[in-house]
Amino acid sequence: MKLMTCPINGTRPISEFAYWGEIRPAPDADTCSDDQWAEYVFHRNGAPGVKKEWWCHTPSNTWFIAERDTEKDKVLRTYLHGDDK
Amino acid sequence: MPWRLLRFGLSKSHPEPRMFTAHDKLKPSYDVVIIGGGGHGLASAYYLARDHGITNVAVLEKGYIGGGNTGRNTTIIRSNYLTPEGVKFYDKSVQLYQDLSTEFDLNLFYSTRGHFTLAHTDSAMRTMRWRAEVNKHYGIASEVVGPEEVKRQTPQIDLSCGGHAPIQGALYHAPGAVARHDAVAWGYGRGADMRGAEIHQQTAVTGIEVKGGKVVGVHTTKGFISTNKVICAVAGFTPRITDMVGFKTPIFVHPLQAMVSEPMKPWLDTILVSGSLHIYVSQSARGELVMGASLDPYEVQSTRSTLDFPEGLAAHLLDMFPFLSHSKVVRQWAGMADMTPDFAPIMGMTPVEGFYLDSGWGTWGFKATPVCGKTMAWTAVNDKPHELITGFSLDRFRNYSLTGEKGAASVGH
Repeated sequence: MKLMTCPINGTRPISEFAYWGEIRPAPDADTCSDDQWAEYVFHRNGAPGVKKEWWCHTPSNTWFIAERDTEKDKVLRTYLHGDDK
Repeated sequence: MPWRLLRFGLSKSHPEPRMFTAHDKLKPSYDVVIIGGGGHGLASAYYLARDHGITNVAVLEKGYIGGGNTGRNTTIIRSNYLTPEGVKFYDKSVQLYQDLSTEFDLNLFYSTRGHFTLAHTDSAMRTMRWRAEVNKHYGIASEVVGPEEVKRQTPQIDLSCGGHAPIQGALYHAPGAVARHDAVAWGYGRGADMRGAEIHQQTAVTGIEVKGGKVVGVHTTKGFISTNKVICAVAGFTPRITDMVGFKTPIFVHPLQAMVSEPMKPWLDTILVSGSLHIYVSQSARGELVMGASLDPYEVQSTRSTLDFPEGLAAHLLDMFPFLSHSKVVRQWAGMADMTPDFAPIMGMTPVEGFYLDSGWGTWGFKATPVCGKTMAWTAVNDKPHELITGFSLDRFRNYSLTGEKGAASVGH
């Protein structure tokens, strides 16, 4: 069974978690161009690497960040937003 | 036949040529370089040679021919899509497929089975009616049928699906077929090879040289090749290649898993698909049930398998066919699906001159193999998109004009 560690609830089966994609800074919707907005909405970094991603532990609705190697499917660490020291 | 066998037995050297010529070295330059020796890449090489007379072509394959998603899909061929762009495109593909065995003089085991997309809810029935009407408008044999027709063609099915997802009806697509996927790659490969294209296996691309917005060459593990035209047909590896070229796409990669059961006597004539139960199943010529489900729920760029997958898939299969409870699973595997936001492919021109994409084939690429080869060859030769692929351009995202194919492209939503 694949496991994921929630910063609040500890190590749980990965079926309890939802993946919400790589963290990407959003441009200011009022000032950015249509091209910049399309880039933000659609374009993705699809190549493998260690990525910072949003995950959610769904039973407790805990949102947190996982650093994961997307080629080896290995979670390096997890922490709450703002706890990245 | 026995004489031929005897000749093989008595010969000291191999008396017949292998299916493909093995080339020791790459030439310093080619008219067209195709990255990816799967069905799409080999078909592109085949039609470049056959339809356009361009044979100074190299197909570069990192692994072996057809070892990627060409050999990992569940071999379903159909054209009952949702958008006019999709329906016209896949219909052309089905037509090309029907003649391929003869054209290649190679048995593809192309088998027309009839294809049911089951609807378990009112909203699914609405989508089936929509698809049927779009299909009929373009002359595709699709119709909405009731549960009794599903039962008539598949008497073993539990129409209530364990009581929790009763079948309301289905979209029936008579031309739906299966074929032997490896043979499709081999047939195109042999056809391209016979006409002079070079297939280089175990040759990985390590970089792409772009000067002044134009492709000028390709770096490989076997040296540099100069070329002005590159067709990229690498499925789940697309983002790695576009990073080498230097532009972004909306493609994201999730694994798609599949599995087969032990062989059994023929009992399942048709192809059955259920979006609600996340399953598609058909019986191969060998008697194995070939089964697939929805994408893995998060991004991974490798072909690892998980135990969750056969567990979930088996549970849903038993909802439909409880009598299979004692059959065994003999193999499971995964492929890397290059997904797009609108579930339509990304084909044709790119921001870099001479670099043509055949990508975004996610979970729906095998059925499109012939038409992709044909249209990509035309596009590379004429340096403008073939009329059948204008709806699939990379530009559509920048222009917010998507080709929404989600309701017909895969299961699990």
